[in-house]
Amino acid sequence: MSPSMSDLTAIAPLLLVAGTALVVVLVDALAKRNRILGPVLTLAGLAAAMTFALPALGDAPASAAFGGMIRTGGFTSFFTLVFCVSGLLSVLLSMSYIETMVPGKGEYYALILLAVSGMILMAAAGDLVVFFLGLELMSLSFYILAGFARGRMTSNEAALKYFLLGAFATGFLLYGIALVYGATGSTALAGFPSRTGGLQQPLLLLAGLALLMIGLMFKVGAVPFHMWVPDVYEGAPTTVSAFMSTGGKAAAFSGFLIIFTPALLITQPALRDVVAAVAAISMVAGNVIAVTQTSVKRMLAYSSIAHAGYILAGVVAANPAGSNGVLFYLMSYTLMNAGAFGVVSLLENPDGSMLTFDECAGLSRRSPLVAALTAVFMFSLAGVPPFAGFFGKYYVFAGTVEAGFTWLAIVGVLMSVVSAYYYLRLVVLMYFNDQPGGQAVAVRPFGLAAVIVAAIALIGFGIFPSILLGLTARCF
Amino acid sequence: MESLVFFFLAAFAVTTAVLMVLQRSPLVSAIYLIANFFALAALYLLLRAQLLAVLQIVVYTGAIMVLVIFVIMLLNLGDEARIHPRIAIRTWVTLVLAAGFLSEIAYVFSLAGTPAEGTALAGGAESLGTVESMGGALFGKFLLPFEVTSLLLLAAILGAVVLAKKKG
Repeated sequence: MSPSMSDLTAIAPLLLVAGTALVVVLVDALAKRNRILGPVLTLAGLAAAMTFALPALGDAPASAAFGGMIRTGGFTSFFTLVFCVSGLLSVLLSMSYIETMVPGKGEYYALILLAVSGMILMAAAGDLVVFFLGLELMSLSFYILAGFARGRMTSNEAALKYFLLGAFATGFLLYGIALVYGATGSTALAGFPSRTGGLQQPLLLLAGLALLMIGLMFKVGAVPFHMWVPDVYEGAPTTVSAFMSTGGKAAAFSGFLIIFTPALLITQPALRDVVAAVAAISMVAGNVIAVTQTSVKRMLAYSSIAHAGYILAGVVAANPAGSNGVLFYLMSYTLMNAGAFGVVSLLENPDGSMLTFDECAGLSRRSPLVAALTAVFMFSLAGVPPFAGFFGKYYVFAGTVEAGFTWLAIVGVLMSVVSAYYYLRLVVLMYFNDQPGGQAVAVRPFGLAAVIVAAIALIGFGIFPSILLGLTARCF
Repeated sequence: MESLVFFFLAAFAVTTAVLMVLQRSPLVSAIYLIANFFALAALYLLLRAQLLAVLQIVVYTGAIMVLVIFVIMLLNLGDEARIHPRIAIRTWVTLVLAAGFLSEIAYVFSLAGTPAEGTALAGGAESLGTVESMGGALFGKFLLPFEVTSLLLLAAILGAVVLAKKKG
């Protein structure tokens, strides 16, 4: 079988992103002195992939390409969009930031593109084999990106920790795939839940699914498997943390939605209860530990564990409201978390020391614009109404209540109140504390532009959530 | 007869795997790993996966393990220092959890049952592991995953260059 033209157009965004990665590697090797060409090509490649993903956004019924290996349609396109947004924001933030850290390493942008290719493959996977390869491509790029600041101990620690634990988690995932194959006789995802219905021995399948779930929960950083999150997000270069915590998380959640589909979760209530428990523990542990942090980056890392819990609640709901909520949440989370890490990258000391809460005191005097942007991201992360973060939480919890998991929604809302404490503490410090001194705000026009765009999009989707909801509703 | 061979090979594979982890000398560990790979290759043969068995020996046992041993000798690695676990309780908890996991998996497999001895293989199973059918699958049904693997390797190569290249 040779791939037909329709197969190739189905994976056009993937081809564009992966192709740009190859070009960026070559350009880096041939034009050593040109510092701007690599990032510009990367931005162009990601933007082109986005435009190719747009037309399919409205296609509700997923169609198959490459003999069922790839699924196209609204779901794939929406996630491609999320990954490209995450990649675009991270690349803009990285320009001149990563140069100060490791001069002359054009491979950085190629690795970002390869990671995005992996993410697109995960969301587009019609077969567990493709999903696994996409996950590995993304993870491998992440391990390298996390250790990109070679001279810093924290960066080395982040890369090594992520690699060792990630390899361990991959083992679980792969064993899970093997058991699912053993139980159902196929790795194809199409018709997955219906095929599992008539099995005489569902235990083998359940064991496989449980192992798969462990692997995915590691990737989203949900609680019993969250140990790596704070150290990796804190140690990795800040722009890489922005990328990993948004695109990487969204990709892993796309895996949840295509493997643990609502139909499967409803027929296997045991799995559903496990996800509900993990969601609740993640929300509680992530938020409570985040309260005690003094480093802003570490606070964001723990808060990202809590957000994994909120999004998992949408998976538990297993109804259209919950699934739409997950997609809406992932898009808004990508914008607000990339923005929050982006602000940190602007405020950070160039010497690599961690940005503390105290250093942000009185920021509104030193840089009113950055302070205002930070406030937008913090309010949105806390889930305050006019911003997109609120609607993400609202739809997820509405789905959870509708599905009868009211207790989970109550835990989520209570924990959002706890989270308001540490998000707003930063805002209060910035605006109502007149401590002199503190680090000067770095002047990086591209980074600032990325943060401003993210903030505007957050406000836009917050005031007109129907723009996004109109898209997500057609994804299933 | 076949199940007898299987159990012998399986026991051999498990034993060598455990010994590999327990050894303190990296070189001896590597040699146990080679023995383990041979047992796996033989198991593949039992499953009628001839090509996979040959590749296992050529690629893993041959190329990769030679490289591993070469690196161990080049770095002149001595015995691992014995790590005294400060919290013994953590070791015990880990052991209990591992044992629990093992018994769970064993229970699941015992329920799934085993096909009776001498069950006829499904149609065409004898030729499944040949070079021809493997190649057909690799460049037919699994063409896209095959191509994606090259991206994976590219990322790994880039990583090696980025992390190991001298500054400058």
